[in-house]
This record gives sequence, C-alpha cells and structure tokens, in this order.
Amino acid sequence: MKLELRGITKRFGALVANDHINLTVEAGEIHALLGENGAGKSTLMNVLYGLYRAEEGEILLDDVVQHFAGPGDAMAAGIGMVHQHFMLIPVFTVAENVMLGHEETGFGGHLDLPAARRRVTEISARFGFDVDPDALVEDLPVGVQQRVEIIKALSRDARVLVFDEPTAVLTPQETDELMGIMRQLRDSGTSIVFITHKLREVRAVADRITVIRLGAVVGEASPTASNEELATMMVGRAVDLTVDKSPAEPGAPALVVSDLTVLDPHGQVLVNSVSFTVHAGEILAIAGVQGNGQTELTEALMGLQPRVSGEITLDGSSLRGHTVRKILDAGVGFVPEDRTEDGLVSEFTIAENLMLDRSHQPPFVKRFNVQLSFLAKFAEDKVKEFDVRSQGIDTLVGRLSGGNQQKVVLARELSRELRLFIAAQPTRGLDVGSIEFVHERIIATRDAGTPVIVISTELDEVAALADRILVMFRGRVVGIVPGDTPRAVLGLMMAGETPTEEGAAA
Amino acid sequence: MSTPTTVSPAGSTGPSASVADTGPDFEQIKSWKTPIALAIFTLLGFLLLVVFGRDGESTMRLSTTTDLIQLPDVVLPTRPTGVVVVALLLLITAGSGWLVRSKAKVPLWLVTVFAVLLLVGFLAWASADHTIPVPGLLFGSLSLAVPLIFGALGGVISERVGVVNVAIEGQLLAGAFTSAMVASITQQPLLGLVAAMVAGVLVSFVLAAFAIKYFVDQVIVGVVLNVLVSGVTGFLFSQLLAPNAATLNSPPRFENINIPLLSEIPIIGPVFFRQTLIVYIMYVAVACVYFGLFHTKWGLRLRAVGEHPQAADTVGINVARTRFWNVSLAGAIAGLGGAYFTLGSVGAFGKEMTAGAGFIALAAVIFGRWDPIRATLAALLFGFASNLQNVLSIIGSPVPSEFMLMLPYLVTIFAVAGLVGQSRGPAASGKPYIKS
Amino acid sequence: MSETLQTPPVSSGKPAQPGQPDQPDQPGRVYQIFREITTGNAIISVLAVLLALLVGAILIAFTNEDVQKASVYFFSRPGDTVVAAWNSVSGAYSALFQGSVYNFRKPDFASGIKPLTETLTFATPLIAAGLGVALGFRVGLFNIGGRGQMLIAAALGGWVAFALDLPAGIHLVVALVVGVAGGALWGGLVGLLKARTGAHEVITTIMLNYVAYYLVSYLLRDGFLKTPGSNNPQSPASKPTAVFPDLLGPTYNLHLGFILVIIATIFTWWLLSRSNLGFQFRAVGLNPHAARVAGISVDRMYVYAMLLSGGLVGLAGINQVLGTSTSGFDAGIDSGIGFDAITVALLGRSRPWGVFAAGILFGAFKAGGFSMQAAEGVPIDIVLIVQSLIVLFIAAPPLVRAIFRLPTPGQKTPGAKTPRKRTTTPTEVVAS
Repeated sequence: MKLELRGITKRFGALVANDHINLTVEAGEIHALLGENGAGKSTLMNVLYGLYRAEEGEILLDDVVQHFAGPGDAMAAGIGMVHQHFMLIPVFTVAENVMLGHEETGFGGHLDLPAARRRVTEISARFGFDVDPDALVEDLPVGVQQRVEIIKALSRDARVLVFDEPTAVLTPQETDELMGIMRQLRDSGTSIVFITHKLREVRAVADRITVIRLGAVVGEASPTASNEELATMMVGRAVDLTVDKSPAEPGAPALVVSDLTVLDPHGQVLVNSVSFTVHAGEILAIAGVQGNGQTELTEALMGLQPRVSGEITLDGSSLRGHTVRKILDAGVGFVPEDRTEDGLVSEFTIAENLMLDRSHQPPFVKRFNVQLSFLAKFAEDKVKEFDVRSQGIDTLVGRLSGGNQQKVVLARELSRELRLFIAAQPTRGLDVGSIEFVHERIIATRDAGTPVIVISTELDEVAALADRILVMFRGRVVGIVPGDTPRAVLGLMMAGETPTEEGAAA
Repeated sequence: MSTPTTVSPAGSTGPSASVADTGPDFEQIKSWKTPIALAIFTLLGFLLLVVFGRDGESTMRLSTTTDLIQLPDVVLPTRPTGVVVVALLLLITAGSGWLVRSKAKVPLWLVTVFAVLLLVGFLAWASADHTIPVPGLLFGSLSLAVPLIFGALGGVISERVGVVNVAIEGQLLAGAFTSAMVASITQQPLLGLVAAMVAGVLVSFVLAAFAIKYFVDQVIVGVVLNVLVSGVTGFLFSQLLAPNAATLNSPPRFENINIPLLSEIPIIGPVFFRQTLIVYIMYVAVACVYFGLFHTKWGLRLRAVGEHPQAADTVGINVARTRFWNVSLAGAIAGLGGAYFTLGSVGAFGKEMTAGAGFIALAAVIFGRWDPIRATLAALLFGFASNLQNVLSIIGSPVPSEFMLMLPYLVTIFAVAGLVGQSRGPAASGKPYIKS
Repeated sequence: MSETLQTPPVSSGKPAQPGQPDQPDQPGRVYQIFREITTGNAIISVLAVLLALLVGAILIAFTNEDVQKASVYFFSRPGDTVVAAWNSVSGAYSALFQGSVYNFRKPDFASGIKPLTETLTFATPLIAAGLGVALGFRVGLFNIGGRGQMLIAAALGGWVAFALDLPAGIHLVVALVVGVAGGALWGGLVGLLKARTGAHEVITTIMLNYVAYYLVSYLLRDGFLKTPGSNNPQSPASKPTAVFPDLLGPTYNLHLGFILVIIATIFTWWLLSRSNLGFQFRAVGLNPHAARVAGISVDRMYVYAMLLSGGLVGLAGINQVLGTSTSGFDAGIDSGIGFDAITVALLGRSRPWGVFAAGILFGAFKAGGFSMQAAEGVPIDIVLIVQSLIVLFIAAPPLVRAIFRLPTPGQKTPGAKTPRKRTTTPTEVVAS
C-alpha cells in the first residue's frame, strides 16, 4: 500500500512540532525517517496513527484521502504501529493482547480465545517467531514482546507498518534479526516506515531515507550516503562525533566492587557477582543493551537497591548497606538515567533542585532553617557556571528543556567534593549541543582526578568517553576491555559472547 | 537473549522456550510471613481456648423449625473442643513452617482450613452452655452481606476500569434514599429498585465527570461525594421525608420467596433460598460480573483500560468512554445494594443509614483482590463477623461487641499491609488518562 | 505494592519530558493582572463559593413549604412562588449571616458580635485538622483518618483531663500534650504501615477510623473512659484545671484553642516553607523517586509527616474535649470534623494560611447553619451540601470557567497572537 503525507502541520501551543511535512512511502519499500531526538518523528507518526489530529495537511493511502478520528480508524485503513514503548498489557496473555480491540466473540460477547490463539500461531509460523499465545506478556523477554507487537499489527492486516525506534531495547544481534523481519515484510508487499536516529541501521536496511530536523523535512538521502553526510543533514551543521580528550592518567584504585549481586523482590538475579575496579582519573564505561542489569548495578552502588550482597569499597571504606544519604555524603556524585523521574523535582525551582541532596547540612541548612539567601547566591553562581538557560533561579525546572535540566543535575552533583562520579545515560534525549557540553564536563571531572563511571547504551557515547569498557549481559560482566576496542567486538560482547584473551586482560 | 526465529542467522541455538529465557538465575526468597502469622494466631487461640477456656457444652442447632428435613443438634464439650482445635492449629503452623523451610509456598487451602478451625473453636468457646442457631447465624450474615456484595461488585468494576471508587458509601446511601421515596410513592418495590439504580448512576456520573473529564483526584471526588450525598439525603429527609413519612417514607418491602426444592436442603436451603428478590438478583449479578469480566469482550476491554489505558487507546478503544459507562454501571449495581437497606431489611429510610457499609464494601474489594468472586466471599466474611456479633450479644457473649464489629476493618488493614497475601490492584487505577 | 522497586517489564526508559515553550508575550501589564485574577486561584475560589451557595439556595427554595404551596397555583399567580422562594432563601441566608458574623437584632455591639466569636470557635478545630490534612497533602499523603485521630486524641487527652489531679496549668498542658501525642500515634501508625509494607494510606486511614470508633465506644461503655455509675456511654466531665480558659470572658465561647491554632498555623507555615524538614516533605510529595535518589529517606518522611499530620488533627480532637464540650464526651466527639478537614484543606489549597481562611469560612457556615436551622427550620445538612459543592467546584477550575465563561489560562486569546520564536530549540521541546 502506498502511503502519502501531504503538508502535515501539528502544533502544540506556540510550538510547531511538524511543519508542512511531505512524505511518500511506496508499496513494498522500507522508508527510514531519520532525525535527532525531538525532531518531530514520533509526533508525525502519531498523527498518521490517529493519536494526534494535525492542524493542516492530509493523509493518503493508495491516493485516497483518509480521515482518522482515532487509532481505530487508522488500523481499519491498514496502518499498524510497533511502538517504542510497547503498547502491551503486561497481565494479559499474548493472545488476549493480540485480540484486544478487534475481538472475535461468540454468544453474549463470549471471547473466542481459541480463534485468537490460532491467529497468533499462524502469524508466528509465517515469520518463524516462537511465541506462546498463552504466555503472560510480563513474563516475556523484551525481544519477544516486540514480536508480539508485530503480530498484533499483522493480525489486523496492516499494510503499512510503522516501527518507532524499534532497536533501542535490542542487542545488535536482535537488531539484525529485526531487520531480517522488516525485509521479509517488505518482500511480501508491506510498506514500512522505520523511525530512528541511528545512522548505521538506516544505512543497513532502508530503501529510501527522509531526514527531518526541527519539525521539517530537510531532504532525502540514499542509503549509500556516508555517516557524516547523514549526520550533517540530521543536525544541521557539521558534527564532530568524537570528543577531545587526552589519555587517562589513572591513579590508585578508588572504587572496588567485588562479587556484587542484586536480587529483585521475587528472587530473580538482576546483577550476578559483578566485580570491577575504577581508578582515580579514569572513566570506566559500562556498556550493554538496556535492561541487562546496568541500572540495578548503579542503583546498588548508590544504596537504592534493597537486596544486595558482595562488597563495595570506596577509597578503602565500605559503602555497601549504607543509606543513599551516607553514600552521597561519602562523596559520590550521581546523575540518574531518568532525570525527570529520579534526578529532579520538576515542580521545584532551579534553586531548590540545586540543594535537593544537601537539605540536611550546612551551609544550606542551619538549625532546621533553609538558608534562603545562601541558596540564592549559590544558585546564581551555578546557573552561570553551567550555562543553564532560564528566566532565573526561581524558574520551575519542569519548564526547562531537557538539556538545561541535565545541566541542573550536573551542576548539583559536580558542585560537591567528589570522590566518585557516576553518570547513567547522561545524554539520553539531549540535543547535540547539550551532549557536547555534558561530555566535556565528564572529561573535565576525570581530568581533575576523580574516578568516573559512565553507564550508556549508546556505543558512540561509550567509544567517545571510555578509558576502559565493562560490558554487561544478563546481569553478568562479559568482559572489561580497553576504550578503543572495535565496535564489532563490543557488539558481540553485548550479546553475551566472551571476548578473546587480550580483551579480558585489560 | 537470542530468541530463535527462522530469519535470524544467530538463532541457531535451537528452539528454546521463550518464557524460560527471562530468568536464567533465580534465588528463592523465603517468606516467613505466613508461619509467623499462623503462630501468632495459634498462640492467641491457645490463650483463649485453653488458658481461658470455658467449661460446659456448646450446642449448634443446624435446622430451623420449618425445615422438612430436621438435622440433630451438634453438642460439643467446650474445653476439649478447644484443646483439639489448638492442637490442630499447632500442627498446621508447624507444617507451614516446614514448607517454608523447604522453600515451598504455604498453600491457600491450608490457611483456609486454619481459619475455619479457629472459627469453630471460637464459636464453641463463645457459646459454652448456650445454643447457636447456625442457619439463623448464616441467614443473618447473608442479609448483612447483600449490600456489601453489591457495593463491592460496583467497586470491582470501577477500579478494574481504572477509577478508584471511594464513593460506594454515597452510592449506597443515594440508592437507599431514592428507592425508599420512589417505592413509597408508587407502592411498587420494583420501581424503587430501578430508582435506586438511577440514583447510583447519578452519583457515578459526578464521579466519572470529575475524574475523567476534569482529572480531579479520584479519591478526593469520592470523599467529597460521600459528604455531598450524606448532606443531600439528610437535608431532603429532614425537609420532606420526616414530615410526610406516611406518603414518602413507608415503602413496601420485598417478600421472601422460597425457591421450591432448593429451599428444603438442610442448612443451605434456609440460608440461601428463602430470600427476597434482591438477594436472588445479587446471585445473578455476581455470576454475570465474574463471567463478564474474564470471559467477554466487555471485560477484556474494561480490564485493558484499567491496566494500560494508552495501550487500549492505540488499539482503538475509547478510554474515556469505556471508563465513563463502566463507572456508571458500577454505580447502578451499588445503588441496588442501597435499595436493600430500605426495601429488603429496614423498611424505611433513615439518616446515614448505611453507616459505613460502603467502606466495608471497599474493604471487601481490596481484601478480595479486585476479583468479583473473592470480593463477594470477603463481603460474606464481613457480614458473618457482624452477624456473629449480633448472635453472640443475644446469648450473652464474653467478647465485647465492639471488637467483633472492628474485625472487618482490622482484617483489611492486615490485607493491605501484605500480611494476608499480596494484593496488586489494576495498574492504572486512580490515574487519570491524559492524552497528550 | 512497592512501586519504587518494580521496574516495568516492558520498558524502563520513559519518553523525554518535553520542556515548556516560552510564554507568549503578554500585550500589557493591566491585561496580565486581569488574566491572573480571572484565571488564577482566587477568583475560582470565590466563584466556587458563590455557585455552591446558589445551589444551596435552589434546594432551600424547592423544599420550602410556602414555596410548595404557592407553586400549586404557579400558573395563575407565578409571582407568589417567586416571592415565597425569595423569602425562604433570603431568610435562610440572612439567618446564616446573622448567626455567623453579626447579629443586627441585638442592641449592642458586644452581643451583636457574638456570632463572629462563635464562628471562630467552630473554626478552631477545623483549622487544626485542616492543617493536618493539608500537611499530608503536601507530602503526597491523603489523610482521611481525621476521625480516628481525633477520637484517640480526645480519648487519651480526655482521660488525662478527667482522671488525673494536677495543678492548674500543668494539667492543661499535660492533657494537651497527651491528646496531640495520641493523634500523632494514630496517624504515625498509618505512616509506619505505609513505610514498612506499602499499605496505601487511604485504605488504612479509613479502616483505622472505624477501629478507633469501636475502640473508643468500647472504652466509653466498659473501659477506662466510662463514667462510674452511669449507663450512658459517655465520659466524665473534664476537670476545671484542664479546661481551656475563655479568651473574651464567660459571655463568649471563644477559648484558648483559637490561639493554639494560630500558633499551629504559623508553625505549619514555617515547617513547610522555611524548614529543611518541610523542604524534604515537599520534595517527597512532588517526586518521591527523585527525593529517594537525593538521599531523602522517603519512608521516614512518610512516618514523620503522618505523625505531624495526626498530631495536628489530634489538636482538633483535644480542642473538643478541653474547649468545646468539656462536660464529657461520647464516641461522636469528632462530629465529622475529620472529614470537614479534607474540604478545608482543599479549599485552602493545602497552604497553611489558606487553610486558616478556609477554616474560618467553614466555621462560619457551621455557626450560621445552627442558627439557620433554629430560626428558619432549614436543616443543618445544607452546610454539608454547600461545603462539598465548594470543594468539587474548586477541584475542577475548568468547570467553573465554563459556567462563567472565563478565559482559560495558557490559551491564547485572538488578540494576543505572537509569532513563534525560532530562537528556542524546538528539538528539545517536541515530545518524541
């Protein structure tokens, strides 16, 4: 089915998220929609899927203008979507999830579950998926859940299939499998829209590429274009993907983690006897696909996980079993991976957020009283130093852009005396300018002699920052390798394959 | 995480079961909660039944005088019964401890047996040298449970679709008031029933409108609605019903209907099948809600909206509409429960006559883990507790009635504190769905 | 139920929160002030009160006997109905006013102003309990347990007041402290349950209300609160040494309790906006996850908050025993204040001085309600209706705006069109 978007314009208040976007996807092609985080890709697809109503423009399927009042209409017209955050109900079975919204029923609305099961099995068989229709979705691994999403779309005879950032949660190997599935779908005549900001994937699978920036189409590119060409189109200026940094001068071992194990409340092992050392003045990057225990590992280091065994020592004194406050007071700086959820109180002002983790001690608090004038001066200084763009220190943090929010977190954490700095996904969702700023700050911290841990799922970031790289897979350390380890090796390690001898020695 | 597919070159590891892929590493966490709780209750049982045991004989009458088949009374020697019960309790406690030690779970039936034994022991202890009319005790329990069950069903539906319903009390009260007035004017109890449903729906409309359209915190709306309904019914009662009691507040009551054959089954017959129409409607309602929730399209969509509204939205289900109409339906069911007060039991409306029944119904929803059958059982249990108090106060109970009345609330606190199993409510319950 | 520990199985990464675009330029300062007033909280509150009173008026008119009589011949002489309706409503509301602010029928100022002091007396426990509920709200806790906390406070403090023999002054302080501590413990229990087991406070507070009610009922009937030789479930009278002194002499009922709630209001204000404990409270209330990551012990804050909240509600409870009904109490001593406090806190928008003002308003409704019932035969329940409607209207500003056709904040009026500024970085702003 041929999909055509003509002059789509979508505004949120004063902001134009999509500015007269034109896009044509021919039947049986994989069309990549490439753009930075926040360029307006997902907005566009939500318009296509009937979740948002566009102010201007029209959607055509096989040259017929469509009017979608909601996702139901879009689906009926043959549009399917594999959402970035899976739209599956965790406590339902696969069959129930697949049938939801277009249930086959018998007498009195009685659900025809056998029919749904058959449907799941039939589609699974067609694409060689191994999905149990009666499994609860919450019990399935992420990769399988994504297949359920695909089955869900196909069970409604989707002829146009939108994949919204589908590889964010996948290993490189799973990503390859997904690309195989996309090609297979294309060959059977389905049109595919592939939304991503990862250049490599675009070049591997797309037939055509449309680049959008700041809510508008910048142009088309062919899959043969180089990374630099695509990146320049995407960002709007020449980008230097590497960061200037001098070689590390590692000092004494600072953080020593040995045999660290983290359990979840059900007894499942999230982090499995992890051991590593971070030296003063070096950056250890922890790489791995989302959900392989990195988050829990950082939380364990910060005292945020209740069921932890093993040993954590910082400069010789133990951190394990201490409260978050004690760990922070021991000189650990922490940038959590979800800054709006864990890093900031969005209804607090910039100033209040800057004292968030120091609300118990001088100079911010004296005899139970918050020292407001000291806080104001402190905040003014930090806002200037970290270039937080706002209308003043009393601006609510929720009103700042993502980049400025992250600067507030960095300002807070880096303004303390640090003996260890942990940054989890420090640039997730940021624009290129902010990413550069954050990277410079992290390297400056290292150069000041502080041991640094950076957790990232982005190989580019890992490569740019790391002096050494620790790769995690299913809660275990696959290996610790030098910072210049080739991408291909890292990819294999992220899928659980142990590196060869020279890597393990690092 | 290499889940095999035929298109994948890497999927050569063979067709391993996908579910088993999730947790390669598992360490069983032992939970001593259940054995500890059982031990505490065994100790309490020992103190009450043995240390402070009473002498005499406890008689349980199993038949009513009108039964066709007359069962003989059961006579138990009070103190020996207590000793035997405590011994059995001890056995179960030890058993559960052994189970946990060997990393197994304590099955629910064992806990149930424990509870029943404790209850029998307590009944025997409390009725030393007295006679407990078992059918009467159970009949009364069911009667007291009827409005709770209706309320709990309304609560289950409402919470399953994602709207916390603290306004059950208000819906019951509105139903009671309206049914009394309409049935008095028309002299038709059936019309009173319909009016009660309408009143419940009206309360639901307000709840739904504020919760779904204006995104007001659902608990706040619920609490305020209870005050509002209490105010409106109290006001109208003083202004209209009290001065004109003969015309506006003397509804005809439903007659008991004996179901042929079934009503003659010993114990069960007199308890379940010599009831009023409302009670029979309640049986049907429980069955329908259960079947509907878990086996029909309606229930699937309802639960989807309550668990993950955005996912439901993306498959074309209108979240706001689904919530609105199901909350209304919940109100209608709860309203029926209100009618039971005026048309089934008391026979006239009185200020604040629901007296917290709505909150017990809410407790039943939670104790019943948002499941219609379990919630019904919980409501029956609560009805039993309060009727037991009635019966015991007649025969001169050694237990202060206030403590019996406190029981449902204490049990619920234990339930939400996770001491009686884990409760997990619908994931999106209480959260407004705001489309961006 | 430990939300913080469960990572969702589907995906743990949340979409980046969009930053807000810059505010559109305002065309002028006067206009801006107008908008702030019309779209802000103040006007909504006033309109909500008016709307609620209007609904109350309709109810009064419709249920009035004269109106009903006149409506029988409405079509021949509609004027009669209108006049009767007007008379019933104006009579009721002027009785409400004269019962709560100033009674013009009294000869001199001293007796004319008495209703106002009554209002303050009624407002006293409402403010105290309202502060407690509001404090809970600010920490993200919904304390519906006012009834239970008041009952326990009244029972324990009341026992000190009638059973102990202590010197004047000391007796009062001991009773006060014990009462407040009782409320604090009953509330703190909720905090402890939430912190330790994750039990939701809405459920536990509701349930503990009933537990407290039956417990106190038992104690009054057969326990240490029982009046010796009496069959009534009522406590003995508080000893004079423990009773709050009158503020304005014996003619007026206003007592020391009012001074105490002023102090409590100042304390709560300081706590929430100036102290570091309040800072941590607010952080937990607005984002418990971030608070936890920032080293604030969320569980401990829940316990502290419920202790303080229960203590403030307990102040309301002890106020009843030592100030308002000193001649002994029964299990209805809370007289619904625990629930009224929720409406007070909401109307006051959980700000201490807002609660103070809201408490006085509702105190006026109560004081006036009783004289309205006495003078005009309008049942006191009308106060409940008006009160709950006010809260409903306040909770849904869009509804009030729709009724009065006020502009919506943040939405551009046709005249105030501003071109989009390209200088902001839209890449950061668009939700992806």
